[in-house]
Amino acid sequence: MDDKGCECKQRFADPDNQEPLLGILERYAGEKGALIPLLQDTQEAYGYLDEKIMRALAKGAGYQLSQVYGVATFYTQFRLEPIGEHLIRVCHGTACHVAGAELISEEISNFLGVKDGQTTPDMKFTLESVMCVGACSLSPIMIVDEDTHGKLKPANVRKVLKKYRGGNGEKEE
Amino acid sequence: MSTGGKNKLVLGYGTCGIAAGATAVKDALENELATGKYDAYLDIAGCMGFCFREPIVEVTDPDGRSVIYGDLSPKRVSRLLEAVAGGEVIEDWVVRRSDEPGAGEGDFLANQHRIVLRNCGNINPESIEEYISTGGYEAARKALTSMTPEELIDEVGKSGIRGRGGAGFPTGTKWGFARKAKGEQKYLVCNADEGDPGAFMDRSVLEGDPHAVIEGMIVAGYAIGATQAYIYCRAEYPLALKRLDIAIAACHEWGYLGQGIFGTDWDFDIKIKKGAGAFVCGEETALIASIEGKRGMPRPRPPFPANEGLWGKPTNINNVETLAAIPWIIANGGDRYASVGTEKSKGTKVFCLAGKVRRSGLAEVPMGYTLRQVIFDVGGGVREGKEFKAVQMGGPSGGCLPASLLDTLVDYDAITATGAIMGSGGMIVADSSTCMVDLARYFLSFTQEESCGKCVPCRIGTKRMLEILARICSGEGEPEDLERLDILAGDIKAGSLCALGGTAPNPVLTTLKYFRNEYEDHILRKKCTAGVCPALITLHIQEDICTGCGACAKICPVEAISGEKKEPHAIDADTCIRCKLCLSRCPEEAIYAE
Ligand SMILES: Cc1cc2nc3c(=O)[nH]c(=O)nc-3n(C[C@H](O)[C@H](O)[C@H](O)COP(=O)(O)O)c2cc1C
Ligand code: SF4
Ligand code: SF4
Ligand code: FES
Ligand code: FES
Repeated sequence: MDDKGCECKQRFADPDNQEPLLGILERYAGEKGALIPLLQDTQEAYGYLDEKIMRALAKGAGYQLSQVYGVATFYTQFRLEPIGEHLIRVCHGTACHVAGAELISEEISNFLGVKDGQTTPDMKFTLESVMCVGACSLSPIMIVDEDTHGKLKPANVRKVLKKYRGGNGEKEE
Repeated sequence: MSTGGKNKLVLGYGTCGIAAGATAVKDALENELATGKYDAYLDIAGCMGFCFREPIVEVTDPDGRSVIYGDLSPKRVSRLLEAVAGGEVIEDWVVRRSDEPGAGEGDFLANQHRIVLRNCGNINPESIEEYISTGGYEAARKALTSMTPEELIDEVGKSGIRGRGGAGFPTGTKWGFARKAKGEQKYLVCNADEGDPGAFMDRSVLEGDPHAVIEGMIVAGYAIGATQAYIYCRAEYPLALKRLDIAIAACHEWGYLGQGIFGTDWDFDIKIKKGAGAFVCGEETALIASIEGKRGMPRPRPPFPANEGLWGKPTNINNVETLAAIPWIIANGGDRYASVGTEKSKGTKVFCLAGKVRRSGLAEVPMGYTLRQVIFDVGGGVREGKEFKAVQMGGPSGGCLPASLLDTLVDYDAITATGAIMGSGGMIVADSSTCMVDLARYFLSFTQEESCGKCVPCRIGTKRMLEILARICSGEGEPEDLERLDILAGDIKAGSLCALGGTAPNPVLTTLKYFRNEYEDHILRKKCTAGVCPALITLHIQEDICTGCGACAKICPVEAISGEKKEPHAIDADTCIRCKLCLSRCPEEAIYAE
């Protein structure tokens, strides 16, 4: 979180590359009930939970695939599809709802042509909603990657997103 | 506090401050201070609670006088430092002055009583030394070196503190159960899942004063006989997680965690478990399942966690705020804590003021205050001088209270009697632009989404309620729907295993009780007077205000707006899909919904 200045692109490992997974499995080897942290670290490494990876994880850590899949689908944090280069999370907690979060999401959907939970075909943006990030006084809030944009108005959404369009923060136009 | 003969600047550096731009202010301050031109130094702190004026800097001069400034930006930094150097006060930016308590927003703090938030905003949460300098870890030392577990439990019992996680169970009694439970290995869990969407008390405490929570856990662990503890913290709080990591590492260095802590033969350690996004995991048995790596689904109680909890062992679960109050109680005595509050609700409660309240932020008040005192004296009333309509307390499990109940006391029983609950401390203030039917629909869509699916009334009942509410909001409600909602609410309450289902109907029941007229407006008159529900509103442009800039016409996705350049525009009601995008686009605020 403090590495905001870091310009390196956050690249995820390819699901065909099992090396990161092996490292993660080793980290939790022998630990009781570590399935959730295992999945969290795996998702951090790969960006999402690919079926191949879940199978390998189940085998490597000694779980039934159904157990792994059951946990991965129970918790909203886990994703079964790859995400785009930039992750947009719109807060839909109570304070943000009352402040018009639905209009923010709608404006983003109109602009990017994707719905909640979807990724743009060019893999630039994934749109998600979250339930309160704890900065309710600045509602409505949208978080792009690690940057929080508060007191948003639907009218400003495009301007903010355009900044991320060109990759590493470069402007597109 | 001594500043070492220099001017001390403290920047509010919690999630809320950072979201408001504190990092840029920090960089600018550091750059300016690095020039050596100023006799001042910079430190960070967690939330001071003045979220409505973030980013915030508190300036303390060598004589101990302090001024808090708000709304800072990198551009304002050099002006600030010059004023500090010249011993001048920039009146316009003042949030609070120690020498003039009435200045700025001084009454925001003056009307509070801070026990849990005693250090929040005052110390650097990443420095164990600063926590120790406020007397930190003396309570744990006292507990471990001079008190028996039974004496500790007595003291906490005497304080009268009740669990701040929502249910309000007396903490001393709960510790007593876990103490008496048989078992070699026992566990302590700190519940930092903070699932109420619109509340951030626990986050602020963890970010602003993580050591207070850890110290509370050390005391609790010793009292019940647990050597291993967990903090279950939601993943949406990265800064809280980071500061907990730093604090736990520091405790190991100082011998406050690990083996033989405080020079005794008592071992105690804490592990952090990161949540994965499921509201139901705040419920204690679901939380336990989640720590065990399973799907977080509640199970019937008894057996209670005190007897059969984590890995089947006796487990005590407490909320962040409960634990953060413990060191103060041990240091100052249970009687002193119990001297604050009402007969059955002792001590203080932290609330998060949000929504349409003027001073949205973090406030700790004594139990027994009225809601009016919290919202108006501390919170400064409703924004833009609008009229107060309702306060929502307790999030998805709570309810909406109208103006006529503003004199209700902050007291577990008094609030429960209204149909709302004390809850964990979220307070969302609504004005005339908030639709109560929409708010009820919002909460039901939340609980319906978050139901773990185990109980049919909860899983399907909330879905049916949501369908009815959605129907009402879209103008297709029937008069009989109100009774249907009532019946469903009763069934869900009666037939749900855990309190998620058991309390899910509360937002609907309280709005039906106190704002029935709004339901009737939606159903009978097909009107949403707050101008929220798209199907029941029409958008208009005020001719006398419109300058004809054309911005609205440009954004309208269905080309419903037309007009000549520099002439008043108009919206064609038949084409308009009521997306309201034009509303916020208009620079003149000429567009309104009705
Ligand atoms: C659906 C549901 C969600 C809950 N969420 C939380 C939560 O986020 N934080 C919390 O401390 N307690 C939460 N609770 C209450 C806990 O089950 C438990 O009562 C509490 O953590 C005990 O701590 P306390 O006695 O210190 O309040 C929740 C309960 C339910 C039924
Ligand atoms: S009441 Fe709802 S959330 Fe609770 S156990 Fe039953 S189905 Fe799950
Ligand atoms: S945006 Fe406002 S001022 Fe401009 S044309 Fe539309 S209504 Fe008129
Ligand atoms: S409701 Fe959006 S940050 Fe809390
Ligand atoms: S100042 Fe941190 S919660 Fe707002």
